[in-house]
Amino acid sequence: MSMDPLLLSFRLALCVSAILLLLAMPLGYWLAYSSWRGKFLLESVVALPLVLPPTVLGFYALIAMGPRGPLGRLWLALFGHGLAFTFTGLVIASIFYSFPFAVQPLITSFESVDQRLLHASALLGAGKWRTFRRVILPLSLPGVITALVLSFAHTLGEFGVVLMVGGNLAGVTRTVSIDIYDRVQSLEYGAANRMALTLLMISFSVLAAVYAINRRVWTPWSAK
Amino acid sequence: MERKVNSHSLVARFHKERRGARGSPFVLDVSLEIPSGITILFGPSGSGKSTVLDCIAGILQPDEGRIAVGDTVLFDSATGFNLLSQTRRIAYVFQSLALFPHLTVEQNVEFGLHNLPASDRQKRTAQILEAFRVEKLKTRKPNEISGGEQQRIALARSLVTNPRVLLLDEPLTGLDAALKSSIVEDLRAWNAANRIPILYVTHSRDEVDALGERVIAIDHGRIVSHGAPMEVLDAPRRKRLALSAGFENLLHGTVLDLREPDGVMRVRLADSSCEMEVPLAHASVGDHVQVAIRAGDILMAAEQPRGLSARNILKGKIIALEQRGAMFIVRVDCGVKFVAHVTPGAVRALELSTGKQVWLVLKTHSCHLVE
Repeated sequence: MSMDPLLLSFRLALCVSAILLLLAMPLGYWLAYSSWRGKFLLESVVALPLVLPPTVLGFYALIAMGPRGPLGRLWLALFGHGLAFTFTGLVIASIFYSFPFAVQPLITSFESVDQRLLHASALLGAGKWRTFRRVILPLSLPGVITALVLSFAHTLGEFGVVLMVGGNLAGVTRTVSIDIYDRVQSLEYGAANRMALTLLMISFSVLAAVYAINRRVWTPWSAK
Repeated sequence: MERKVNSHSLVARFHKERRGARGSPFVLDVSLEIPSGITILFGPSGSGKSTVLDCIAGILQPDEGRIAVGDTVLFDSATGFNLLSQTRRIAYVFQSLALFPHLTVEQNVEFGLHNLPASDRQKRTAQILEAFRVEKLKTRKPNEISGGEQQRIALARSLVTNPRVLLLDEPLTGLDAALKSSIVEDLRAWNAANRIPILYVTHSRDEVDALGERVIAIDHGRIVSHGAPMEVLDAPRRKRLALSAGFENLLHGTVLDLREPDGVMRVRLADSSCEMEVPLAHASVGDHVQVAIRAGDILMAAEQPRGLSARNILKGKIIALEQRGAMFIVRVDCGVKFVAHVTPGAVRALELSTGKQVWLVLKTHSCHLVE
């Protein structure tokens, strides 16, 4: 059994969750603390992938990345090749697809930090960045870990977006979910089962490990 | 240790409108001058005390006004100038203390010293922890130490930065009297060397008596009086302030006549035939007034007293007698119901019991007129 689709899926999930964390952190901070009235519009956009079928998102991503789409043309001009049916294209589409899973836990945990701690930090001379780094971030660590885990897990299991944007190119865009679908289509049930079971066990182990760490990180100062 | 002699007063004059808890507008309009030393901001809850501190600290922005410490302007609506909290150098100890739960005591105290080299930082931190007698706790987390210790750490964390002003929002609530006074002593000792204005917010009469110096009384967003604690709290001119300053008797009455040469007037208490002599106030005959009297200022006699200087002697019946600690609370019906405090010894000597007839004796100047 070739492990390529499995490795590819993990590589994709790692890339996406890492990039997402960097993007979601400032956005989550802004959504948590901004007093702008139109904030709800952006919140709705971020939450869209929760309600749309992945094929809708994948369809628009494909159009945008295609040779006539704005993103595809920009990419072609910059790097000399298109985005559709590439690993990079897959990463970009997956980022949109998993955005709410990274942003929501961050907003929730940023908002739950006691306002008075932020005031105390400012009154002790700390600017916004120092307050974020020394107070908000350490107190939101469980939220950060949750965001990371959810976006990783969500990307690992995606199917529709990958199918639309990535197609089915061995070693480039054939992720584990596509591979399993392929095998079922060609009646290789044994191979499909082995792949599915491996994915299930690995996913469970990763989640269990992270949640265990998460709990231990939290207890020293949440226990009263 | 470098000691900056800082004799700059805090001068704040501002106006701020807010939506209250039930959506009703709340208007804060104050003018304060706080010299170095402890000044108490006293008032009932909801009077605007914390809003005053939040405006001085830069957490809230006044609608208009000016806030300055010595020559340093912190806020001035006329020029549109507003210094951020982080550059105001104002120390603020919240009621919740707001210690960082994920940092040790030492890291909490060092938090405001991040611009100093590590060696200075450690030296200053060690000194202040010693001054507040908590050096042994430096590796602990805030949830591993007692309430009194947390309060000391919060003070140390604020003061280690050499602030221009210290704001304290009921920081000692919930501590017993002995612990309270020991923390206050440490604070006084620190301030003897540093001389900065300290604004101490409380609604507790006991804390005012323990801290002394100067009191500013605030109610409904306005300064209603200021001066020495005795002057401010023993002659409250407002009803809510009277109740929170410990005036158990608040009676309604109508002015009967004015005796200007004597500086007194007579008042008939509402729904009764009781008449009392009270200090003269800006009132005319027929006006409705309120009189506040401390339960501890009322004398009680088992027989009709004679030859006293006190002008008010009222006959009544005891309707309730209740022991509270080393004190009896006696309720007396003289047509109007009074509350008086007497000692257990007096209860025995006068054989006080429910239903017994007694005379209440009130000096004219124990009766305070309230707005």
